[in-house]
Amino acid sequence: MSRLTEKARDGALKQVGTRPLRPDGIDKVTGRARFGADAVAPGMLVGKILRSPHAHARIKAIDTTKAEALSGVKAVITADDFGDVDESLTDTLHNIMAHGKALYEGHAVAAVAAVNMSVARQALKLIEVDYDVLPHVTDVEEAAQPDAPLIREDLLTVGVNPPATKPSNISARHEFGHGDVGKGFAEADIIVERTFRTEATHQGYIEPHSWLGSMGPDGQAELWGCTQGHYMVRDTCAGLLGIDVSKLRVTASEIGGGFGGKTTVFVEPVVLALSRKANRPVKITMSREEVFKATGPTSSSANRVKIGITKDGRITAADAELFYQGGAFPGSPVEFGAMAAFACYALENVRAVGWDVLANRPKQAAYRAPGAPMIVFAVESVIDELARRIDMDPVDFRLKNAPKEGDRSSYGPKFGPIGLIQTLEAAKAHPHYSAPLGPNQGRGIAAGFWFNFGGMTCSNINIGNDGTVTIAVGTPDIGGSRASMCLMAAEEFGIPYDRVKAIVADTSALGFNDVTDGSRVTFSSGYATIQSARAAIGEMCKRAAQIWGIPEEAVDWSDGHARPSGPNAGDFEPLSMAEIAASAARTGGPIAGHHEVNVDGAGVSFGVHIADVEIDPQTGRSTVTRYTVLQDAGKAIHPAYVEGQYQGGAVQGIGWALNEEYIYGEDGRLQNAGFLDYRMPVASDLPMIDTQIIEIPNEGHPYGVRGVGETPIVPPLGAIGNAVSQAIGLRVTETPMSPPRLLAMMSSYREAAE
Amino acid sequence: MSGIHVTTTINGDEAEFICQPDETLLDVLRDRMGMTGSKEGCGSGDCGACSVMVNDRLVCSCLVLGAEAEGARVDTIEGMADGETLHPLQRKFLEHAALQCGVCTPGFLVAAKALLEKNPDPSEIEVRYWLAGNLCRCTGYDKIIRAVMDAAAEMRGA
Ligand code: FES
Ligand code: FES
Repeated sequence: MSRLTEKARDGALKQVGTRPLRPDGIDKVTGRARFGADAVAPGMLVGKILRSPHAHARIKAIDTTKAEALSGVKAVITADDFGDVDESLTDTLHNIMAHGKALYEGHAVAAVAAVNMSVARQALKLIEVDYDVLPHVTDVEEAAQPDAPLIREDLLTVGVNPPATKPSNISARHEFGHGDVGKGFAEADIIVERTFRTEATHQGYIEPHSWLGSMGPDGQAELWGCTQGHYMVRDTCAGLLGIDVSKLRVTASEIGGGFGGKTTVFVEPVVLALSRKANRPVKITMSREEVFKATGPTSSSANRVKIGITKDGRITAADAELFYQGGAFPGSPVEFGAMAAFACYALENVRAVGWDVLANRPKQAAYRAPGAPMIVFAVESVIDELARRIDMDPVDFRLKNAPKEGDRSSYGPKFGPIGLIQTLEAAKAHPHYSAPLGPNQGRGIAAGFWFNFGGMTCSNINIGNDGTVTIAVGTPDIGGSRASMCLMAAEEFGIPYDRVKAIVADTSALGFNDVTDGSRVTFSSGYATIQSARAAIGEMCKRAAQIWGIPEEAVDWSDGHARPSGPNAGDFEPLSMAEIAASAARTGGPIAGHHEVNVDGAGVSFGVHIADVEIDPQTGRSTVTRYTVLQDAGKAIHPAYVEGQYQGGAVQGIGWALNEEYIYGEDGRLQNAGFLDYRMPVASDLPMIDTQIIEIPNEGHPYGVRGVGETPIVPPLGAIGNAVSQAIGLRVTETPMSPPRLLAMMSSYREAAE
Repeated sequence: MSGIHVTTTINGDEAEFICQPDETLLDVLRDRMGMTGSKEGCGSGDCGACSVMVNDRLVCSCLVLGAEAEGARVDTIEGMADGETLHPLQRKFLEHAALQCGVCTPGFLVAAKALLEKNPDPSEIEVRYWLAGNLCRCTGYDKIIRAVMDAAAEMRGA
């Protein structure tokens, strides 16, 4: 049976879908909200990390004696201060503190805790590291060559046949697809094949990573800071420090953005190790430069895409080869990239092969729909080119090849109810799509897809003596999720929104909750919250039955009241939540609801973006003049925050497409590790971002919710690329499409024409 | 290093502190005065999260030394609401959902207030250029710009 409620289908939801003020709002507009760096503890020390100036170097020796002797220094640690760890944590350990080799510029090699920042800074200067500098490689295509400097001497590619025997920087091969692409290309009338390159970008959250930690000699420890997953932080840190999970309590502060970049640990274990050694609380806050150099950017990539079509616009075959550079450790999101590459198309013959490549760069971390934007840029560019070749409207072309419910996806499973066709139709009908363009302007469209995720989730609901509700969830509120939780609970109980409060519980208060990623919060924590509310309602019905002396089955719940169900149940006045709660002591004690689940059924989501871009032919500068996002939300619980996700994701994608990039020098050092030179979009770079929410309910959620946070970053690279290509009359195949790049393209074309 | 004694006014209240010569006003506000509403996003004047007013001038407090506050009037996000009454900008930010994570919000509010004091009727372009020194990674700016325009309209009595 579908779990989808009738209510969601027939639009009878009363509160879900409205736009109340967020419950944490006043704290955030008055400066009262406490983010990662805002915590203090009595006797707190300042922690600071020494980082490698070399992209690749063997660490022959580290001498910390002078630093230790400096007055005010309370602890100095290196790799030696961490013991053996489970194999699954080795890469994490080696990333947070270099063991034997520094693998990228910015790799941590030692850390100090001191009484204040200036002593900590002085201490870092006194640590002597003897490096043996090695040849390095930062470019993905160079790193994949057989003669490239080896980052790991023992790395054998997995997933290849015959098995690899010689070490390389390629850690894995992944393949997805079905049908026979050779046969499909033989049936094609037109084939386009091109290679595209994208540079790495950073998630660019405004709040740098910051943690306060305290660990006593008894092994009892506490951590407080900004993360997308405090349960993950607890389990990882306990494993790295060799302590019991139950001894470490982690509290998530308010979080100043993450976008995937706060889904792993960087300074947390270092804070604990310093605190253990100094026996005092320690706080580490990264500088912006450290954030750029030592936390997860995305992968840079090089991707070849080949698509064949018939003259009337039917795709006969699609093939892609993806090379993703994931930094100095295995685990780039190339597998997701290969899966998501052709998800917007219903294909008989499709193949995508992904190669995971190591380079001397910081280990990549998830960034909003990890792996999808780069390859979708390539695919949507080729699709655009093909549509133009046969003079077909690019939306019609996509509609002709779009998957619908029951179709097999390019990555394997069959699609459930999906909304790509409706989203494309909405794009075509949108006034933006038919608005006239000016000189030097181009319009691009692109579609995008993301899987979304459910995962381990639990929630508690406590009913207060006055009948008000407190929800506890285990997912940090990264973009207004407390408001969504309150709305869903208020809807279930049938009480006003302001009688419900949601908190983010610490790790000792709830069971394990997966990291706040995969666009899972409103879906999964929402799901658990709804089920917890239903459990509490069941309990309240039981209490009412007890008060009335009738069987439990004879009690119904609606609009915040228990009511006798039907004429035979007896003639009682409805009991409100406040009344039931007030008599809790006499009817069995406190009233609560609880739910634990490993949620599946996160509905996939599709978005379509329309971008207008104007190019200055003198400077090569692109200005986005109009931008529209259309996306299936399943059901928008709080539409204002859904729009915000669409707008924010689109703008991150615009930044990626036009200006943002990791620039490496010949020396393997990052050239632009600051907001001045790493150019994120600012308000004056942008127009308003128009949005349209499409709602095709997801059957896996009581209200039809799909995740919405990640899909919005998937189409912008393609949409902007297609717009720029139209405006300049040349196909753009690289991001960022920065002024120097476009200028060079335009002038070499002009020269060739002359 | 010996500390510098500074007498200043913060949000209308007289305040004194001792700081090191290399400490920024942002460090002083956050670490010495416990006013953590101003945020450090970059420490280099590029994100605007630390925006405060010094003698009615909008500044990045990460670029001002604590010692420079001597005899000055400093206004921060903590002083923006009047008791229980939010400033219209704070109210409009909430109504327009102009914040997601909220870490950029104090800086935007202080900067927007400075704009509206100078220019009560800014165009969208003027708002966008004025706020170009404030980074927001979450919202895409759309709702922020709308909130500022709406607050300006309300404050003009429109
Ligand atoms: S912290 Fe001052 S401008 Fe970024
Ligand atoms: S709301 Fe997160 S940075 Fe602006």
